[in-house]
Amino acid sequence: MNRETLLDIYTRTMRCARSDETLRSLIISGKLATLYYTYRGQELVTAAMMAAVNTDDYLVTTYRGQHDQIAKGVPFDLLYAEIAGRATGTCKGKGGSMHITHPATGVMVTTGVVGSGLPIANGLALSSKNRKDGKVTICCFGDGATNIGAFHEALNMAQLYMLPVIFFCQNNRYGEHTAFADHTKVDSIVTRAAAYGMKGIHVDGNDAEAMYAAAAEAVEHARSGKGPVLLEAMCYRMMGHFFGADFSYMPADHVAEMTAEDPLPKLRQLMLDHQFTEAELAEIVAKIDADLEAATEFAFNSPFPGAEELRIDVFEEEIAA
Amino acid sequence: MSKISMVQALNRAIDEAMAEDEGVILLGEDVAAKQGGGVFKVSAGLTEKYGEDRIRATPISEQAIMGACVGAALTGFRPIAEIMLMNFVTVCMDQIVNHAAKLRFMSGGQTNVPLVVRTTTGVGVGFGGQHSDMLEAWFAHVPGLKIVTPSNAADAQGLMRAAIACNDPVIFIENILCYGLQSEDPGPNHIVPLGKAAVAREGSDCTIITYGRTVLDALEVAGQLAEEGISVEVIDLRTIAPYDEATVLASVRKTGRAVVLHEAVKAYGTGAEIAARINEALFGQLKAPVQRLGGAFSAVPMANALEQAWIPTKDGIKSAVRSTMEWKL
Repeated sequence: MNRETLLDIYTRTMRCARSDETLRSLIISGKLATLYYTYRGQELVTAAMMAAVNTDDYLVTTYRGQHDQIAKGVPFDLLYAEIAGRATGTCKGKGGSMHITHPATGVMVTTGVVGSGLPIANGLALSSKNRKDGKVTICCFGDGATNIGAFHEALNMAQLYMLPVIFFCQNNRYGEHTAFADHTKVDSIVTRAAAYGMKGIHVDGNDAEAMYAAAAEAVEHARSGKGPVLLEAMCYRMMGHFFGADFSYMPADHVAEMTAEDPLPKLRQLMLDHQFTEAELAEIVAKIDADLEAATEFAFNSPFPGAEELRIDVFEEEIAA
Repeated sequence: MSKISMVQALNRAIDEAMAEDEGVILLGEDVAAKQGGGVFKVSAGLTEKYGEDRIRATPISEQAIMGACVGAALTGFRPIAEIMLMNFVTVCMDQIVNHAAKLRFMSGGQTNVPLVVRTTTGVGVGFGGQHSDMLEAWFAHVPGLKIVTPSNAADAQGLMRAAIACNDPVIFIENILCYGLQSEDPGPNHIVPLGKAAVAREGSDCTIITYGRTVLDALEVAGQLAEEGISVEVIDLRTIAPYDEATVLASVRKTGRAVVLHEAVKAYGTGAEIAARINEALFGQLKAPVQRLGGAFSAVPMANALEQAWIPTKDGIKSAVRSTMEWKL
């Protein structure tokens, strides 16, 4: 991997990581009251994936998808204003954290319903195929989403139509409170690709170089018209289902074992190995922190949406008062 | 004047829209030429003209059909999802209710879903409990959806063009029993705007408000009651939601009496909403309570004898109108 790509992945990863820290501290301090699904442990998988696609490629993600949106390029100020329910947010405060939409960076749908994004991703990819616009669609979901019927229907249809879509399973080992082995009998999700005649790629998502290579391979496959890919990146959800929730059901010894695989210190070491200096890394993080501080200020200083918004965007035409 | 059937009218509307806009695509089970152009032949001949990229036969996968149409719509396509029978929409309600209906609002207007869900149903052909339901009230309860159902071929053509042109999701309900109905041919490029009811027959004593197949029953009953000296006005809503309240209230203000009629189960049906809204607006001006007629509170039965007992009958409609005439305040 060249230094430029590595730097790109590091920057995207740290934007995700610092934002997660920031939002958790805003919630703990009582400044922000919101349901927040932390992705601690999954920063690198999405950073490497988004480094392998273009800004105008489509993204569909889920409620645990703030890292996907950040890595794709959604600006912090619009994102934070939306999470804080302000009129200046991406969705005017009408969607919130679980429904971030930002077509300017390709973020077309964020769904709060597990598994629902996969059929929609097919539609985005279908439009690209018909238009021949060369775009690929990335559809992010967790291992928990692979046991709902929509997963099966979507993968079958995607392969049938040879759609340029990447089903990007971030296998974080938990579906809500249920461990992977307690909801699925096969050893890995990627084995299911064979059932649809689909290309499957399985990768250690905590290894930046392997993750990027897998992402690039999947993107090349989809973009060149060879059909969809099921890409399973192994990672770990280091906290509970939502921030603040009890996660004592996650065995402490397993958490400790997985914490040793934390992608953040590993990526940091990789950067140092590639002759990036401590000072350079600190400078990148300082810039991100400054952006986050500005975004927080922007969000909290922004107005709340007015009640008239209830009549707007239900239909194209405004509903009469 | 030449005649056109509802199937031909729908086919023509889709054909015209596809010729006009490359983004109009049709997805559904058996819809392509290889499968015969759909179970009811509404898409016959379209694959030959527009190709399999635009007329896509799908697996039996309603969630995948609806999701694909939602996704394509988000990029500016105008997909038509054919759900073979209305009961099968229950399989993809998540895509319709949580996504198609809400994405414009939840995105703050950044995206929209110009989607038409075509589906058919109908009581009276012995299809039984899982192939006959009219579920329009479920959808009318969801902000963000428009619901259309034509009663004749010309309206089917015009409403379909308007539905495809609409920038929001439209549930387009066809009735199996109406597919063969002939109307005067409205000619090409006929458009009937959404949200506008039609006065199907003028009258002065009582208003029947209805839509879809039961418009035919209402018109027949109105003709028979005229011989008894009762003048019935029949309103064909055409678009169930948004509801054309102005047309309904103007009529009921004139007649002072109203009967709301639909094929769907009466309990908690759209008739309850319409009756309530008439009462809210015209309480004190009504000469009788608003009457409601709808299907019985059971699954739609198979046996013809039971099916005929299940749906509102013409005699039942007459009785309802007469009861409003005889009501003593």
